[in-house]
Amino acid sequence: MTQDADVLVEIDDVYKHFPIKQGIIFKREIARVHAVDGVSLKVRRGETIGIVGESGCGKSTLARCITGLHPITKGRIIFDGQDISRLRGRALKPFRRDVQMIFQDPYGSLNPRRRVGAIIGDPFDIHGTASGAERKKRVQELMELVGLNPEHYNRFPAEFSGGQRQRIGIARALALKPKLIVCDEPVSALDVSIQAQVINLLKDLQQELGLTYVFIAHDLSVVRYVSDRVAVMYLGKIAENARGEELYENPRHPYTGALLSAASIADPDAAERRERIVLSGDVPSPIRPPSGCRFHPRCPKAQENCVDVVPELIVRGGDEAGHLTACHYPVEPAENLAEEHAAIEQLSTEPTLPSA
Amino acid sequence: MSLLEVRDLKVSFDTSDGLVQAVRGVSFAVERGKTLGIVGESGSGKSVSTQTLLGLTAGALIDGEALFEGQDLLAMSDAQLRRVRGKEIAMIFQDPLSSLHPLYKVGRQIAEMIRQHEPDMNKAQARKRAVELLGMVGIPEPEQRVDDYPHQFSGGMRQRAMIAMALSLNPKLIVADEPTTALDATVQAQILDLMLRLQREFDTALIMITHDLGVIADLADDVLVMYGGKPVEHAERRSLYYRPHHPYTKGLLESIPGSTGAKERLKPIAGQPPSLINLPSGCTFHPRCEYVMDRCVPEEPPLAAVNDKDGFPDLGHMSACWLPHEAAGLSADAERIRQEAVAEGRSGDTTVVDAGEAK
Repeated sequence: MTQDADVLVEIDDVYKHFPIKQGIIFKREIARVHAVDGVSLKVRRGETIGIVGESGCGKSTLARCITGLHPITKGRIIFDGQDISRLRGRALKPFRRDVQMIFQDPYGSLNPRRRVGAIIGDPFDIHGTASGAERKKRVQELMELVGLNPEHYNRFPAEFSGGQRQRIGIARALALKPKLIVCDEPVSALDVSIQAQVINLLKDLQQELGLTYVFIAHDLSVVRYVSDRVAVMYLGKIAENARGEELYENPRHPYTGALLSAASIADPDAAERRERIVLSGDVPSPIRPPSGCRFHPRCPKAQENCVDVVPELIVRGGDEAGHLTACHYPVEPAENLAEEHAAIEQLSTEPTLPSA
Repeated sequence: MSLLEVRDLKVSFDTSDGLVQAVRGVSFAVERGKTLGIVGESGSGKSVSTQTLLGLTAGALIDGEALFEGQDLLAMSDAQLRRVRGKEIAMIFQDPLSSLHPLYKVGRQIAEMIRQHEPDMNKAQARKRAVELLGMVGIPEPEQRVDDYPHQFSGGMRQRAMIAMALSLNPKLIVADEPTTALDATVQAQILDLMLRLQREFDTALIMITHDLGVIADLADDVLVMYGGKPVEHAERRSLYYRPHHPYTKGLLESIPGSTGAKERLKPIAGQPPSLINLPSGCTFHPRCEYVMDRCVPEEPPLAAVNDKDGFPDLGHMSACWLPHEAAGLSADAERIRQEAVAEGRSGDTTVVDAGEAK
């Protein structure tokens, strides 16, 4: 297999559907949730790829597919030259050492009945890499690395605050010196002042240990700050994929534009100047995703064409190589998206104010 | 007279671990048709202070005054308070799913609320009003959706329904406690846009509680920042964002990614929020403050006026910090004044807690 040596993970047309079953003995499949629907993505060594999208867009499912927590329905995930979607059982063990995950909820992801030292030391036991005094030493090194006091080795998770718990989760993920860490909303459960501490820590560790991150978040400013590349997902598909700054400076997909304009800005003048693109309606159900372009029921630029034809994720006219957009009518630089009106009928969520 | 005037509100809870001092003296006023933003981290007392006004903190030890149109809410009987709550002051909570009853239709819940306060209205009228309200908050096909159960609504639509319910009796004040925190970015934009338009339409006063300074940057007229149960800074919106005086406000603004430049290293606030049982002495922020001086440890700073751009005390901009009154803003000049004050006011053995930075 020819492979770009620079690419650590290649996600090739991956599908993940969850069947919805009904019946007591003979369970029939009555529908399926199209959580991830044909996603292709390359993650290069040492870079951070950010995945943004709203709840239900499939970003967490994709993360779990990459770490092998979900078997995928269709497609290939090639990690370091090996197709991991075909591996089973024992053959997966080396892969599991190389890929680790940091979870969103620092309360739910740590066993409350086990001591911190045991939680962080587990990976050593499972993979048989260190035991006894050696294991304790390695755990304390890790605790120091993530800014925890190594003397707190024997404490329980309940004795730590949210930010410190997230550090415990990070130490556990680092234990086996992984190549890739998938961070699923690692800071969204934390207070603003603590968020910055954890983001700085993740960045420092990346530089020091040469880590590759897949960073999932719904907060665009956080993703902008940490990522080299950003992929925007909507209902199981990638809407736009580009270099970080390029995506923020020159968004081509109307959904990206709307998402960016919706982000909060802590600057009164800038916040008043910007025009919020207020989308109509809610995210549709991934059980019956809309036909054609999945964004068409909410898109301010939707045309007849968008209802029937699925747009390809390709480089659009005038964009730099590597800036991929899945839209028939990408946003032009001088265009004002807030003043566009769809050419098709859409469900309106405009308030009907009483005529006074 | 202000619509609502809260004076020196104190709320504490007696727990088996000790006395939790959730709110330790908060004063603020809300004018008709204006918006007050209350910002703080979890445990800063921002939610408890407003819930107390509406009698929603059962078992709490409460002290202070809260005058709503001249009447003290904290001295009212349950029956009196029930007439105010919902009709005069409405509340929107963070989690719309747990604030709606799962077994009753949305329309019925709105109608029930209306009939509770307007007994003359019959069921059909109340239902008609519910349909109108749902349309007003932008729920498509309100005639059909009025008979849906809450689980048939999406998160954004549930929050719209909560807003419809809050508006149903044309209240004079709406208290919104993190109304968009549970929502996605594009839906958050819809809801904020809606609240702003409805507020203008009905000239309602609004108290908006949030942990995110970004959410209220274009919404609030005044902003109150709380920390450890006390207000640390209170100012008109522009003064607060552009000329923050308290190091905590400054720290909050600076720890937002992208605030100091696209890829520059973030400036977090060191340490952890305080425990409300064992509060730090003096200024509660001193263990985390980069400008901590000797007097911050024993003496708690009072709220005092910060100087405006021209060097005069601005009575609309109050901050509880021992730093000089002219040290406001993010400019190099202000930073120099702060550093000078710190150099003079620190004897050297005051150590800032470990920032928790990676080695």
